[in-house]
Amino acid sequence: MYLKVVIIGNGITGITTARHIRKLNNAHITVISDETAYFFSRTALMYVYMGHLKFEHTQPYENWFWKKNKINLLQARVDKIDFLHKKILLNDESFLNYDKLIIATGSLPRTVDVPGQHLKGVQGLYHKQDVELMEKNTAGIRKAVIIGGGLIGIEMAEMLHSRNIAVDFLIREQHYWASVLPIPEATMISKHIAEYHINLHPQTELKEIIGDKNGAVKSIITSDNTEIECQFVGITIGVQPNVNFLKNSEIAIDKGILVNDFLETNIADVYAAGDCAQFIHPKHKHPAIEQLWYTGKMQGEALAQTICGHKTMYNRGVWFNSAKFLAIEYQTYGAMFNTPAKGDTTFYWEHPKGKIAMRANFNASNFTLTGFNFMGIRFRQAVAENWIIAQKNIWEVMENLSLGFFDPEFFTNHHQPILTQFLQQYPKPIA
Amino acid sequence: MKNEQISMALTDNSEASTLQKTGIILFASGILSAIIAAAGAGNAQPVLFFWLAFGLSTAGGLLYAYTYFKNPISIQNNGIFNHGISNRGAIAWLTGLLFTGFYIILYWFPQYLEGLIRATDTLSMLLRNRPADQWFLYGTIYTVAVLVMGIRFIGKYRHSRYQVVRTLSVMFFQTGFAFLLPAVLLRLNQPEFYFSYFWPLKYSYLFPNDVNYFLNSGSVGYFMVFWGAVMTFIATPLLTYNYGKRWYCSFVCGCGGLAETVGDPFRQNSNKSLLSWKIERYSVHSVLVLVSLATILLWVNSYTNGAVLGNFSGSFAKSYGFFIGSIFSGVVGTGFYPIFGSRVWCRFGCPMAAILGIFQRFKSKFRITTNGGQCISCGNCSTYCEMGIDVRAYAQKGENIIRASCVGCGICSAVCPRGVLKLENLDEKSRFEGYTKPEIN
Ligand SMILES: Cc1cc2nc3c(=O)[nH]c(=O)nc-3n(C[C@H](O)[C@H](O)[C@H](O)COP(=O)(O)OP(=O)(O)OC[C@H]3O[C@@H](n4cnc5c(N)ncnc54)[C@H](O)[C@@H]3O)c2cc1C
Ligand code: SF4
Ligand code: SF4
Repeated sequence: MYLKVVIIGNGITGITTARHIRKLNNAHITVISDETAYFFSRTALMYVYMGHLKFEHTQPYENWFWKKNKINLLQARVDKIDFLHKKILLNDESFLNYDKLIIATGSLPRTVDVPGQHLKGVQGLYHKQDVELMEKNTAGIRKAVIIGGGLIGIEMAEMLHSRNIAVDFLIREQHYWASVLPIPEATMISKHIAEYHINLHPQTELKEIIGDKNGAVKSIITSDNTEIECQFVGITIGVQPNVNFLKNSEIAIDKGILVNDFLETNIADVYAAGDCAQFIHPKHKHPAIEQLWYTGKMQGEALAQTICGHKTMYNRGVWFNSAKFLAIEYQTYGAMFNTPAKGDTTFYWEHPKGKIAMRANFNASNFTLTGFNFMGIRFRQAVAENWIIAQKNIWEVMENLSLGFFDPEFFTNHHQPILTQFLQQYPKPIA
Repeated sequence: MKNEQISMALTDNSEASTLQKTGIILFASGILSAIIAAAGAGNAQPVLFFWLAFGLSTAGGLLYAYTYFKNPISIQNNGIFNHGISNRGAIAWLTGLLFTGFYIILYWFPQYLEGLIRATDTLSMLLRNRPADQWFLYGTIYTVAVLVMGIRFIGKYRHSRYQVVRTLSVMFFQTGFAFLLPAVLLRLNQPEFYFSYFWPLKYSYLFPNDVNYFLNSGSVGYFMVFWGAVMTFIATPLLTYNYGKRWYCSFVCGCGGLAETVGDPFRQNSNKSLLSWKIERYSVHSVLVLVSLATILLWVNSYTNGAVLGNFSGSFAKSYGFFIGSIFSGVVGTGFYPIFGSRVWCRFGCPMAAILGIFQRFKSKFRITTNGGQCISCGNCSTYCEMGIDVRAYAQKGENIIRASCVGCGICSAVCPRGVLKLENLDEKSRFEGYTKPEIN
């Protein structure tokens, strides 16, 4: 009899695990998920609303792929897990047995706790169903408000903007995403947001949502008691692990399901990975819960090895991430925060016209590179990673920056102005 | 203040849509004038109808193109799958039908275009010193379409200098090499010759008839035969080795030029399934075999003075011209843009693309590099690849994209929201590094 592997969640984490187990052996694999029949790219949901893609385009594999690779897909909701008898209870009251169980249930959007939070037109954005709801909630409306200035918030702003819906964007910080971006970058993005006629309200929070007589949103009241008319309120104040169905079971949960560096939970043969997992001992300068596409993928790859008997520690490697703020692309490598990490100093260059910028952080005492931010410049991950691991000398880095540029051919190369400014600020020591 | 900003945002968009609507009305009036001209009015009033047909539609097209320059400098794909014209709606089928109908009339019933052909007489006299025929009319429409839609394309993709450069290049080659130069040659009583088309796309350039004709036309004709042979046998492999097939398909070729400009609104409709890739490989290579066969047979025939093959090689070549040259590349290739995407011919039929593709796949420095683990599998690249390449399938695994059919248009790289893709010519050796084992062998 083959090993019976059951995976809950057909997101990037669950599916990557399934695919990599399949590469390694003949295990009997079942993936259970309630949201959609087939794996799709959550990160592309915005493009479906904006009309860049149809939903089917967000599915990275053709539908025959799963049968051919003997990965059983089951669209159902798991209501309960009997860890003692290794049994799963589904919403149609049927059972499923497993030898090894992987929980990859992802996240839920965080909700606000203010009067009016349940009115029609108030919603978050995470699942496919949220986009369908948003489609309904925004049909024919003129004005919307978004609460919370993170990555999903700006995506939602861009989505609404594409439908000519005027957006008021409430953020807690002084500048967009200033909890992560240093002030110059955050200011640049805030200005860019204004160019799109999206009204950013810095240091503003939501106090109350007001409904009309039909129970639909009519306006909101902000923390400074201003009333803003709107027919839609998008709540994008972050996500939290989707683990409610496991509360009060034997599995150890803090915010997410607690796992060690092998993604093992406190129960034998039960693993958790992706957005729903929380590391007991997170790596230095790394978050305990990694809510990213890439991390879900990498965790799934490591976990597949472990499941197939090659116990493998999840190793995040050099941190990287990317995003797009309306028209400005952003890539980051290494541990970059809104202020340099302790012992680091920083160099920042911005193009006179804004929209293009780069930052390099380096150790203030031995002058080795620790990380990069790029705005409007594409940069090779392999180059950044190698340099950071090799602790390359910052002057060498700046002189060789062109090696990493990844912009398409014929694009302007900004190496010279960057280098010139760098050498003015940090003259090369005479060897 | 805030409210003012909001109303500005809204007027901006409604102003753009007014411009767009005006553009469409002008364009439609131009087409209507063309139909009236073709119906006979062009015979009586050629100059007036030239300006009505070409002037109005160009003005309309330019106005429509102008709206793209007013949008933010970024990807402008909003609503593509919400509009019938770009999402295979009724209007797309209608447009496809119109395109197809036009080709059928052009190829086989030019008498119905008589009035419109006469409307281009003045231009034809000016350029070629002889009256127009249906092919001159076609060339004029083709060139104007590439120019107007090229301007639109530049507006749409002006955030990418790669897109701007290559579009200016196809506009230049279409206007200079495929329209003006052949006309001027005729004016100088030289053979009409397209320096930007070579065998096997322009198959007759290596057919004995054409070669003999050119050789009998004096030194310019000798140069033409020489040019054609050098381009086919020396320049093609060399350039493709260094830059991939894009040097031709995305910078020079007129068919590619039309697909990239007029076809751009439809690029997302190309089929991305594994099945269509299989069909593509069979069909495009079959066409290459057929055209090679036709060429060889004709030469055998001409050497043996028809002793062996009789009429066979002639009718074989004629059938090739009819089925592939006219029906496939014209009627289906262009007529079906709105349904099958913009490069149906380039993908399934073009023998030049087949040769370039073989070089590109097996002997070239060109590849599309993937940037490590940054891909979020969103699918924009695959969706907007006009050649139906599932770019994402490679990108999400961190593999280079090395595909015979890739024309190097660079749109996948332009639409990628995470900066994952880069078209590059690098050391040939490392091309397939990082390729991984699939789930099932
Ligand atoms: C709009 C948006 C944009 C994003 N953009 C980016 C980006 O650009 N880059 C990036 O790195 N990350 C991005 N993310 C985050 C990224 O999408 C997530 O980190 C990632 O999808 C998490 O994958 P996962 O497999 O762990 O979970 P999920 O993708 O959430 O998959 C879990 C699945 O399990 C199902 N499930 C849950 N509970 C049960 C149950 N009890 N029974 C059955 N099924 C269940 C869920 O319905 C879901 O389908 C974005 C997220 C959103 C919402
Ligand atoms: S793979 Fe990219 S460059 Fe090649 S044809 Fe497709 S979109 Fe164009
Ligand atoms: S467009 Fe970019 S991020 Fe999206 S699937 Fe393609 S390569 Fe990946």
